[in-house]
Amino acid sequence: MKEQLVRAQVGVYVVLAALALIAPFLGLYPVFLMKLLCFAMFACAFNLLLGFTKMLSFGHAAYFGASAYVTGWLVTAQGWGTIAGIFGGVAVALLLGAVIGAIAVRRQGIYFAMITLALAQLVFFVCLQAEFTGGENGLQGIPRGSLLGVIGLGSDRTMYYFVLAVFVAVFVLIRRIVHSPFGQVLKAIRANEPRAVSLGYKADRYKLMAFVLSAGLSGLAGSLKALVLGFVTLSDVSQTNSGEVILMTLLGGSGTFLGPVIGANVVVTLQEYLSDIVGAWVSVIIGAIFVVCVLIFRRGFVGEIQRRFAQRAA
Amino acid sequence: MTRKSTIVVLGTLLGLYAASQASAAADQVVIGDIDDMSGVYADVMGQAGVDVINMAIADFGGTVLGKKITVLSVDHQNKPDIGASKFREWADQNGLTVVLGGSNTGVSIAMSKVAAAKKIPFIAIGAGGASLTGADCTPYTIHYAYDTTALGNGTASAIIKEGGKTWFFITADYAFGTQLQDAATKVVLANGGKVLGAVRAPLGTTDYSSFLLQAQASGAQVLGLANAGTDFSNSLKAANEFGITKTMKPAALLAFLTDIHAATLQTAQGLYLTTGWYWDLNDQTRAFGKRFFAKVNRMPTMDQAGVYSATMQYLNAVKAVGSTDSDKVMAQLKKTKINDFFAKDGYIRADGLMVHTMYVMKVKTPAESKYPWDYYQVVKVMPGEEADGAQPDQTCPMLKK
Amino acid sequence: MTTVFGVPLPAILGQLMLGLVNGSFYALLSLGLAVIFGLLGVVNFAHGAFYMLGAFAAYIGLASFGVNYWWALLLAPLTVGLLGIVIERLLLRHLYHVEPVYGLLLTFGIALIAEGVMRSQFGASGKSYPVPPLLQGGFNLGFMVLPVYRAWVILASATVCGVTWFLIERTRLGSSLRAATENAKLVQAFGINVPLLVMCTYGAGVALAALAGVLAAPVVQVSPLMGSSLVIVVFAVVVIGGMGSIVGAIVSGLLLGLIEGLTKVIYPEASNIVVFVIMAVVLIWRPAGLFGKEQ
Repeated sequence: MKEQLVRAQVGVYVVLAALALIAPFLGLYPVFLMKLLCFAMFACAFNLLLGFTKMLSFGHAAYFGASAYVTGWLVTAQGWGTIAGIFGGVAVALLLGAVIGAIAVRRQGIYFAMITLALAQLVFFVCLQAEFTGGENGLQGIPRGSLLGVIGLGSDRTMYYFVLAVFVAVFVLIRRIVHSPFGQVLKAIRANEPRAVSLGYKADRYKLMAFVLSAGLSGLAGSLKALVLGFVTLSDVSQTNSGEVILMTLLGGSGTFLGPVIGANVVVTLQEYLSDIVGAWVSVIIGAIFVVCVLIFRRGFVGEIQRRFAQRAA
Repeated sequence: MTRKSTIVVLGTLLGLYAASQASAAADQVVIGDIDDMSGVYADVMGQAGVDVINMAIADFGGTVLGKKITVLSVDHQNKPDIGASKFREWADQNGLTVVLGGSNTGVSIAMSKVAAAKKIPFIAIGAGGASLTGADCTPYTIHYAYDTTALGNGTASAIIKEGGKTWFFITADYAFGTQLQDAATKVVLANGGKVLGAVRAPLGTTDYSSFLLQAQASGAQVLGLANAGTDFSNSLKAANEFGITKTMKPAALLAFLTDIHAATLQTAQGLYLTTGWYWDLNDQTRAFGKRFFAKVNRMPTMDQAGVYSATMQYLNAVKAVGSTDSDKVMAQLKKTKINDFFAKDGYIRADGLMVHTMYVMKVKTPAESKYPWDYYQVVKVMPGEEADGAQPDQTCPMLKK
Repeated sequence: MTTVFGVPLPAILGQLMLGLVNGSFYALLSLGLAVIFGLLGVVNFAHGAFYMLGAFAAYIGLASFGVNYWWALLLAPLTVGLLGIVIERLLLRHLYHVEPVYGLLLTFGIALIAEGVMRSQFGASGKSYPVPPLLQGGFNLGFMVLPVYRAWVILASATVCGVTWFLIERTRLGSSLRAATENAKLVQAFGINVPLLVMCTYGAGVALAALAGVLAAPVVQVSPLMGSSLVIVVFAVVVIGGMGSIVGAIVSGLLLGLIEGLTKVIYPEASNIVVFVIMAVVLIWRPAGLFGKEQ
């Protein structure tokens, strides 16, 4: 039984990887595909916190957006190289995660969510007012630069493979984290925090570590998005973006690995193609999906599939 | 299990592939209108702008050089990312040949960068920021209708001449507002006036009370409103409510016909404003006004008239050069004089600005207004060179050779 | 001219006055949130959306049915409150047995739907709602002209907050409510219909939000987006006051309005974030909020 499950999983991964590799040659718009990958990365990073540590951060766009702004600014105004710019952005995201996490992690559940929400709003207003972000105008004309001065990233196809490589690396990293001893402790804390504490684990510290990791990886997704699309605006750091990543993770299946990826693909695709057809009704549809998800579809796509599979195997 | 998921994934990708084969047509003229259709500037251009473009196409004959003319439109919601992404997407996927419109300066600046990258003409109508032909100029940008320089030279001069020497600005906090404030400040200082202070309000602010109190506290004679659309009508109304207009003279640095209509003559009477076009100037303008009114049930603003004129100019240029090649069309546009119902003695300068006659208006009192939409009286006719200067903007990078 | 911190006194008094008006809105809105959270344990993310719906109810009432402002003050909260009751009965009720975060997410989804529907019908820019004729004009206070309408807002808000506080803290209904918060099963055993109480409480909290919306309509212009940025500030206010505390909500709301006003004169750049900074400080120093009880 276990064999079958493992084989099925490997099969799925192989198929997806193959499709991802040949996608640009299928005539799909590479910029759109890269956008999908960035948001899938964002959702996976968010899931590290929601799915595997059961902490609902309601302001994760702060890390995504802040890192995007910093990378964008470093690459344009400061003339840094692409890789250096990405590192700079992620460093800021990690720092922000550490500061906000330290304040938020002391509380749990609803309180935790509210604190992350309010502090993310603070980040939003700072981005609105700061000179370097360009406020309402945003940062424009961000060049893609090159990989360590060797491979130019101007071509959409080359950039696509770069982003794909980073995405796969992040995905594998998250799997490793979850299956590591660190991840096991997180699982214990998630299952029964008082017991974990009584066993001598400093729960707050583990939770903070998970928060910071999640923030950093979200920042990586944001920085890549800035380079792919060439601009950063206030939408990246807005409440709406935070809400959407929650929806992506929930819809796909929090607590699974492929869930956030599927969820992100569905939501971004819906937005892209629906907004041309139905205009403002897109938020209504997204809101409705949210409501349905929360009421009767809490496990999300992949979660439901896993349950069916487990039932059949049992 | 594996088979099912494989089928699902393959199916999704196939669907995406099909969807991505949108309308990437080769031999068409594709006009894009990326504008604010639902927000602060929706009445100034908005959906009616698309109708006007279609009007112009129909008047032109429906086809050019035997090619079909398609119009794509989208609501950018005043978000630079939506404007820029849509421009890029249409360029990559839909065979875009020109973009008209914009309204929001911040969005238009973002779009001009895409225009330069994709080498597609962008005729910016509605955005005010002079930087579109200055620091942000590109070989593919044309700034039609009006710009912040003309507004400053027109309105600020008129008010200073009446004695308004000290100014306090309430400015929309994005590219347009700051550039408008700069243009007005230049004129104020050049005429011996002083700027006592300024405050920035986010685009879309509805409650101006605290900004107005700050203005009042400064003791300035003139309340410079460096904003537009509903921002302008809201700040003007609040200024009346809080009795600010009793001690300060409001300066409408940018006001469209629709804003005056929204604020009502009661509130707006006596205001000076600068515009590139007004429906009641002469028989030609009145004819267009009537046609527009029949379709939309209100009189057209300068932007809506401008987009008709720009569409015509573009189609004529394409016909003249025999193709939609961007460089050829841009060269043709830049050497054509524009004399139609919209612009008098208009021409496109080296930096991309469409220089033409501007008008300084005074808003009529309710008693002076004899029929619906009779809102302005002409105070001064400014030839293009006076409104915008004869020389191209020296901050434009492409001029520095 | 006397100055405080180098800022002229009239300017400070003017901004404080405006701050009092804003604070009245914050107090009214956080009151509704605190009531709902106190009894249902639900953080009502849709509170901003109901505020917006209340304002729209007044606008549509006037534009399409000729319902004037005074009737709207009564009818809008009733209509929107009814909508709230329907939402509680049909949707929210199913989530009481799972973690509270799902309730938060549900109300978030509802807010998206409400805003999306209104935006597709009315566009994103504000609709004008006139000040009722009785409340036009202004009081010349010397340091500023205070429009009569804004003085009315302060008065109305104070009255409603006072009445609500009295109802909850000093009447039998209020005590049943407070008891049900502590121990629903026991109160049910006493014969009080707790589900009905819960439903009506949600409706009442929502109605308070809608009332704030009607009061706000002539001041801020009726727009589908009017609730979304406001609701986060209100959350911060409620956290500062202490999440279940009625008094905390009212006092913090007023206080924060005043502080925001003061910040606007002394250090305007910080006026948007001062509420969140205070929230962070309060949380570090007193995690339960100023008036809250440690859980």
